Amino acid sequence: MTFEYAPAPESRSVVDIAPSYGLFIDGEFAEAADGKVFKTVSPSTEEVLSEIAQAGEADVDRAVKAARKAFEKWSALPGAERAKYLFRIARIIQERSRELAVLETLDNGKPIKETRDADLPLVAAHFFYYAGWADKLGHAGFGPNPAPLGVAGQVIPWNFPLLMLAWKIAPALATGNTVVLKPAETTPLSALFFADICRQAGLPKGVVNILPGYGDAGAALTAHPDVNKVAFTGSTAVGKAIARQVAGTGKKVTLELGGKGANIVFDDAPVDQAVEGIVTGIFFNQGQVCCAGSRLLVQESVADEVLDALKRRLTTLRLGDPLDKNTDIGAINSAEQLARIKTLADTGEAEGAERWSAPCELPDSGYWFAPTLFTNVTQAHTIARDEIFGPVLSVLTFRTPEEAVAKANNTQYGLSAGIWTEKGSRILSVANKLRAGVVWANTFNKFDPTSPFGGYKESGHGREGGRHGLEAYLDV
Amino acid sequence: MSERLTVLKTYKLYVGGKFPRSESGRVYEVSDSKGKWLANAPLSSRKDARDAVVAARKAFGGWAGATAYNRGQVLYRVAEMLEGRRDQFVREVADAEGLSKSKAAAVVDAAIDRWVWYAGWTDKIGQVVGGANPVAGPFFNLSTPEPTGVVAVLAPQESSFLGLVSVIAPVIATGNTAVVIASETSPLPALSLGEVLATSDVPGGVVNVLSGRTAEIAAPLAAHQDVNAIDLTGADADLARDLEIAAADNLKRVRRPQAVDTDWTTDPGTDRLTSFLETKTVWHPTGSLGASGSSY
Repeated sequence: MTFEYAPAPESRSVVDIAPSYGLFIDGEFAEAADGKVFKTVSPSTEEVLSEIAQAGEADVDRAVKAARKAFEKWSALPGAERAKYLFRIARIIQERSRELAVLETLDNGKPIKETRDADLPLVAAHFFYYAGWADKLGHAGFGPNPAPLGVAGQVIPWNFPLLMLAWKIAPALATGNTVVLKPAETTPLSALFFADICRQAGLPKGVVNILPGYGDAGAALTAHPDVNKVAFTGSTAVGKAIARQVAGTGKKVTLELGGKGANIVFDDAPVDQAVEGIVTGIFFNQGQVCCAGSRLLVQESVADEVLDALKRRLTTLRLGDPLDKNTDIGAINSAEQLARIKTLADTGEAEGAERWSAPCELPDSGYWFAPTLFTNVTQAHTIARDEIFGPVLSVLTFRTPEEAVAKANNTQYGLSAGIWTEKGSRILSVANKLRAGVVWANTFNKFDPTSPFGGYKESGHGREGGRHGLEAYLDV
Repeated sequence: MSERLTVLKTYKLYVGGKFPRSESGRVYEVSDSKGKWLANAPLSSRKDARDAVVAARKAFGGWAGATAYNRGQVLYRVAEMLEGRRDQFVREVADAEGLSKSKAAAVVDAAIDRWVWYAGWTDKIGQVVGGANPVAGPFFNLSTPEPTGVVAVLAPQESSFLGLVSVIAPVIATGNTAVVIASETSPLPALSLGEVLATSDVPGGVVNVLSGRTAEIAAPLAAHQDVNAIDLTGADADLARDLEIAAADNLKRVRRPQAVDTDWTTDPGTDRLTSFLETKTVWHPTGSLGASGSSY
């Protein structure tokens, strides 16, 4: 029996998108110095949502100056007062979470189910969590009186626009730093709405500055001599460029970069739960997640059973209108990203891996890619090594736990991994041997503001979240 | 009766638990603060640096996998062995740094005590910087510190022994393995430390000591794809910048040199311990029954 679903669209009337937005500098919206603008589109329809001022080098300089000026007073505020601002912001985010969820879905293309139930609750939780640290920094284990660094230059990606903003801004403000943040060029809107939240919260001018723009603006920001702290989430290639750029300077730097997470399924794993975890691992947010479980390592003896169940499950995923509350798989964020996913998937086929895609109809407009998995994948294949950042799963098999660990660790990345087994001692021994910053056992893609997140090896420097996340913004 | 001629020591590198001469066959002259010849030290080559990385990588699994209790015992054993050879080190440090016997003795005592201090840290750092996170959901998760891997250490140029010990001990206390470049002008205490480490239950390859031109040996280490972190303490600003740029190639963890000279006699704190640690967070469902009745 097949269930027919009636469409259940979330209303977009809760969000009022202006035809144009400026840069947010020193508490005011302003044009870019050179008058440049760019358009942001909805990835699911290619509809132009708004026209945005495009930050250039002069704007970066102006924003850094504003942040520098604001730093003096902001850092001198008693922690308890800074805390109250952050609590206010957290509350306003909760109040406006429906509006922000719809906005994020429109601008990013991800399903409303995810923005509503994952992104927004986490965004509010991050501000609540770090709000509480602002007046307790002396207890954080970095000495009795840890000092802020100054102006933080932060560059965030398009996959979780508002969540990444929260990960960057909440700890920076709690520790007494001021911020210049550049959101990604394909998803600038929620950061600009956040500027309005800062206004509503009465945050002093210049403490948060938002500069929508392209990579050149990001590079100008991280290179700015008056920036004391660089925080970047994005590709490993750009992360390496930033690491070179800050060499020999006094700038503190944290980098959250790419991953090629291994999701390891042992023969005693609960198959249904494991299949759900595999789906969450690689198809959450259309696979556009740095910690995605993009390499499935399944024990040979259960490989057929797991793959059959997985394919059956994938045929039930609903791809389409991201604003529909039944939608599981939304749109790919941009035409450019879609092209990259297509190229890598084609490479997988060309190198001899076997491709299987869930049978689903793709909408006529917008950027779409059906959930896809590859079998007959070896470690030498490009799709087993390179981060695809899309809904594409590479399946490899193993026979012994040692082989699973060796294959899981056989990558320059080290961000995430998953383990599926009923045996507690196996979870602990395998988790111990995996070189990854986050290990999910019998679950996947869980996040919480109290929990440090970040990678080993080329997945980056430092941790975000938890007590550990404070260190990045303190002079310790 | 003629006076007895002393037996001079041929100083050698310490790599993989063995004492090779430099594969290059080169040496350089080491003299005391007054310019008097002390010994010929090996002038390590790039190949020596790469060999040391191979040895450090080979030793990493066993050392990182040893219990913290065991690592603490091994570090304490280093202090025991050093205490027995105290006079030798007092002499070498006095020669290397131009110190009086009593000042050199104070330096050596401080270095021995530093090993004891770090020996006590091995099984405590996990409790201090790790722990359970109170997540808002039916999950248990635990953050634990783990060693970064192979760490290249540019030992301080001035403090040839106390400084040296202060940069090696925290790296290996947490389970990393080290490739250490000794002070360029005063390498002899470092090379002698190798002899102590070899007899202190420290597994071969955990610490590897190279002597020679810091800039020459550091360059291949900073660029090496199998080195996970680099401590630039012994580099000047220009060299440190170049090495940091090279280190970006595989996103090595970098510890930059201090802007002002470090006073090695003060309490070191936990800073150097945490510089070469990763944090791993492991999640597991707590089995709380959700609305769906699922126990996962």
